[in-house]
Formats: sequence, structure tokens, C-alpha cells
Amino acid sequence: MIRQAESNSGVEIIKLEEARKIYWMGSSEVKALAGVTLSFKRGSFWAIMGPSGSGKSTMMNVLGCLDRLSSGRYILEGQDVSTLEDDSLSEMRLRHLGFIFQSFNLIPQLSVQRNIELPLYYLGWEAESSAERARELAGKVGLGDRLHHRPSELSGGQMQRVAIARALANDPQIIFADEPTGNLDTATGKEILALLTELNGQGKTIIMVTHEMDVAAYAKQRLHMLDGVVDRIEGGD
Amino acid sequence: MRQIKLARNILLGIEDLLLHKLRSFLTTLGIVFGVGSVVAMLSVGEGASKEAMDQIRKLGSNNIIVNSIKSVEEESTSTTHSHLAIYGLTYEDCARVAETFKAIRQTAPVKLIRKEGRLGERAMELRVVGTSPVWFDLVQRPIVAGRVLIASDDNERAPAAVLTEHGARKLLAAENTIGQSLKIGGDRFEIVGIVKSESGLAGNIQIPDQEVDVYIPINVARSYFGDIMARMTSGSFEREMVELHQMIVQVDSTEDVEPTAKGIEDMLKRFHKKQDYLVSVPLALLRQAEATKRTFNIVLGSIAGISLLVGGIGIMNIMLASVTERTREIGIRRAIGAKRRQIISQFLIETVVLSIIGGLIGIGLGVLVPFLITYFSDMPTVITAASIVLPLVISFGVGIIFGLYPAIRAAKVDPIVALRHE
Repeated sequence: MIRQAESNSGVEIIKLEEARKIYWMGSSEVKALAGVTLSFKRGSFWAIMGPSGSGKSTMMNVLGCLDRLSSGRYILEGQDVSTLEDDSLSEMRLRHLGFIFQSFNLIPQLSVQRNIELPLYYLGWEAESSAERARELAGKVGLGDRLHHRPSELSGGQMQRVAIARALANDPQIIFADEPTGNLDTATGKEILALLTELNGQGKTIIMVTHEMDVAAYAKQRLHMLDGVVDRIEGGD
Repeated sequence: MRQIKLARNILLGIEDLLLHKLRSFLTTLGIVFGVGSVVAMLSVGEGASKEAMDQIRKLGSNNIIVNSIKSVEEESTSTTHSHLAIYGLTYEDCARVAETFKAIRQTAPVKLIRKEGRLGERAMELRVVGTSPVWFDLVQRPIVAGRVLIASDDNERAPAAVLTEHGARKLLAAENTIGQSLKIGGDRFEIVGIVKSESGLAGNIQIPDQEVDVYIPINVARSYFGDIMARMTSGSFEREMVELHQMIVQVDSTEDVEPTAKGIEDMLKRFHKKQDYLVSVPLALLRQAEATKRTFNIVLGSIAGISLLVGGIGIMNIMLASVTERTREIGIRRAIGAKRRQIISQFLIETVVLSIIGGLIGIGLGVLVPFLITYFSDMPTVITAASIVLPLVISFGVGIIFGLYPAIRAAKVDPIVALRHE
């Protein structure tokens, strides 16, 4: 079962060929990805959907360079990353990817500014320029006056905005959002989704994992996973 | 550039540690006390051994000292009233020793007599030391004023006397003592010079000390006062006949010290029926003191090693707990793009910073303790550069060694699992 996911605009930024990921749970084999071939174009906004156990989280981890394929090829930005070492994968994440999580995943003891600066720290930016960039991004997500607050002093929506600002710090081409509204109320969720749509409008490729239809509706295309393979694709320009 | 980055990483590490002030402080306590006790013990040990060694060194490392001692049999029979105890070195011994051994450069006899001294109005008990001019050179007594004894004093039996600074001060407060007439017993002496005072005792070697000493030519001492001394001790009257109380021998080089001492010992054994002399070698005492110090340092080193080991394990324990507690943070950092070695260096820097801060506090404490000891008890303490640098290096090492394992554990955290960690 091989499906081609295609988009009319832009060049392919992500390409999976016969991607397989096999886990061993004790002595039984679990095929989290059972041969997936697909490609996402630059500037697209995808929602990856599917019931639990469908392989959507594994897909997300593989695409986000957090996990490696058991077999097959993964081409990111024209580079085959399926054979890269741990350090090089870190480098790919650092330079090309941004992450937004359901539970925000801010570092609690660091201020808003320090959280946003984190990717810049690993990129080796100077203290002054990264502080300036953090201020600029915080302003962009509407938290310019919260720079020195701790995450615990913020609301859920604000924390997710900080996470988005952090994901944008390294100016990534692709942003991964794992259930970004899962811990938010509907109104706040909508604001976050509007922000993601806006970023997509600015040219960022966005890949969002969700199981909610109305959240997935914000994406331009929807990829449904089932039993480790692509079940069907909705949308397209 | 690299230095700036390291400095920034250290600052970030300190920031992280400051978030848990109490915990960080408690974590370092092991190192604080470990290092503190090392510094304190080193300085006390160093002070004690320095004092001993200084005193021994003053006796001269090329010198051999032979003292007259009252033998055991002599002690037990000296209870009768008019008993005359005859013991000790003789003039003949001294001459024979000087002639026999080639390695001997100079020999100084010492005769001690207790007499009352009178200078103008003042009178006090003196310890009269009859000796030869070379003595001043052998025991290193520099001249303060006037001159020391010279050969012609001895040959011409001139009644010349040399005082110590201390003695001069006691006998005559401020006036110039040189040229004054000092009455010892019934005889008049002319004060010709003043030398520096000596203080203290080292081992079992007697050095003329804080008493009021007067140095006169040995031949004068012999002919004026004779060899028999009467003394009142606890009600009984005691008479002793001692020709020489001490003999100081200087040899040409350090290598000659021990063989010559052995030779002197053998020679005296042949001419003395009783063991009424004692040959001491300052060099041997020095060696002994050095060996003692080495042993002390080994013991100290082991204690310090154990306490620092305990401190290090304490740090490791806390860092492991911290790694577990911060699993999610590690996952976030890894997801953002931190490499394994960056996680390792983050945790390693925190541990090293902790242990070095602990080390610095420990050094502060360790310097304060000897200071207080010296202040309150007069015990000498010496803080050497090594006793500060060494613990600092060790605490850095402890930080690296005990920080490495927790840091590696942190770097091994799987970001996918860590991000789900609650």
C-alpha cells in the first residue's frame, strides 16, 4: 500500500521512501511504520491524523529527526537523514526544525526569555543578539511584557505562545506541532491555531499531529494513518 | 571565543545551582569539610615540623654533639652526703677526638658552671659557659656588639666575658655593657662582647638557652673555678666532678657526620668504664623529623582522600537525583538540538562548579582554623601555597570524576521518552 501525497505548490521539503519502523515489545514485533512513501511540499500545512497505535507519533518522531527508521529512506531538505549519526540529527533539528508540544515543554526554572533563547544558545549566538531576538519573538507572539516571568506564572495559552516563539527562534523551515491545542480550552486553542496558520502564511511548512477533526480542519491537507500505513489523504490545493 | 563560551556556560551553571541554593549548599558540605580539614591539618603539621626542623637545623647539620650524662649507677649511689660523683667527658677526650678523626674541622669544649654574678648593684645566678672561640661559629651566634672570645683570651687566661643579648638586658637595663666589669663568684671579668640569644630546646640536645649565660675562655673557667661543683638538691648536699659538660664537633661534610659520630662513640666506649656520655647527631634528628613528617603526610593524605571520596560520592548522589528530576528538561534540550556532549558538559560544569565552590569555602575555613589555633594557643601553623593549591586541584578532580557518571547518564536519556516523562 503506497500512496503519494502531493501538493501543487513549492518543492518537496520532506520525502519518505518505503519508511519502516519496527519496535520490539518483549518478544513481539510492532510495526509502527509499515512502509510509508510520501512527500510534503515546502510551505504546506499538514495534519497527521489517526487513532492511537496508528503510527502517527512514530511518524512525527521520525520526521522530526528524533527517531531513526529501521529501513527505508528519509530525505529532509534534499539530504538523506536516515543514516545520520545522533550528533548530525541534533544538528538537523537545531538548524531546520522547530517543535511545539501538547504539554508546552518549557523549562520551568528558566525565564520566558531564556526559554526562547535556548535554540540560539546551542547555535552559539552571542548573549546580546539572542536576547534581542528573544524580545522580538516574544513581541511577535504577544508576550513582550512577560520576558522575565517563569513559565509557572503564565496561562496555558501564554505558555504555548512561548513555545511557539522558541520554535521560531532558529528560523526553521519546518515546524512540528504535536497536539498543540490538547491542553488548551477551545478559545485559546483557536488563537494558537490562528497563529500557526499565520506562520504558514509566512512560508513555514507546518506538520501537526492531532486526533481532533476541527483542529485538523485548520490544515490545508490531512493525512490519515492506520496500522502503520497511510490510509488516505484529504485536501490539496 | 572558546573562553567566552566556557565562561558563559559556567555562569549558566551557577545560575542553575542558585535556583536550588539550599540543596547546592548541602551538596558541597562534604567537599567543604574535606578540603577544610586538609588545609587545616596540613598547616598545623607543617607548623609543628617546621619548628622542630628549624631548631635541629640551628644545631648545625654538620655537627656532632657529645653530652656528659650522669650514668644510672651513679644516680643510685649519690644519696650519701659527701659522695663525689665523677663522670662525663674529659679534656683528654676532647683532645683525643680532635686529633684522631681526619674529617673533623673544629671542636669546641663546653664547661658549665653555676655562679653568682654581680654587675654594679645587680646580682643574679649565672650560667657560666667555659668554651673556646670556635664555639660561637659552630652554634651560629652572631655578634651584636663588641667581639666574641678570641684565641689569645684562652692562651693568656684573660678574664674576658661575653654575654647574650638576653643576659645583658637582665644584668644591665640600658647602659653600654661593653668594657664593664662583671664579678663572677669572687673574680672580676671584663665584658668584651654581646652575642644573639638562643632559645628553646630540640630533642634531647641541650643548648644554652634563656638563662643568663656568660661565655668565658675554657682555660680561665678551669683554672678559676676547677672541676668540682657543689650543689644543694632537695636537702642533700651533692658534689660532682665533671671536666666537660659538652663537646661540639664539626666535620667537613654531611657525609662525614654519621661515620665520625660512630667513631667517637666507639672511642669513648673504650676509654669510659660507664656510659656517661651521649653522642647526638642533629642530622639524624633532622632525618628522623623528616621521616615523621612523611608518615604524617601519608596518614593525612589518606584521611583527606577518604573525606574527599565521601564528599565526591555525596555530590554524585545529588547529581544523579538531579538528572532524574530533570529528565524532561534534558529531553527538551535534546529535541531543540543539543548534542550529547553539550548535555554532558552542562552537567559536568555544574558538578565542577559545585565542588570548586565547596573547595574554596573549605580553603577559607581551613585557613581560618590554623589562624585561630595560633591566635589562641601559640602553636605555630604554616600555610604553604601547596596546602591551598593542592586541595583546589583535588576538588576540581573530584568534580570531574564524580560528575562524569551522572553527566553521561543525562546524555543517554532518549529525548522521545524524556519528553513524555512526568
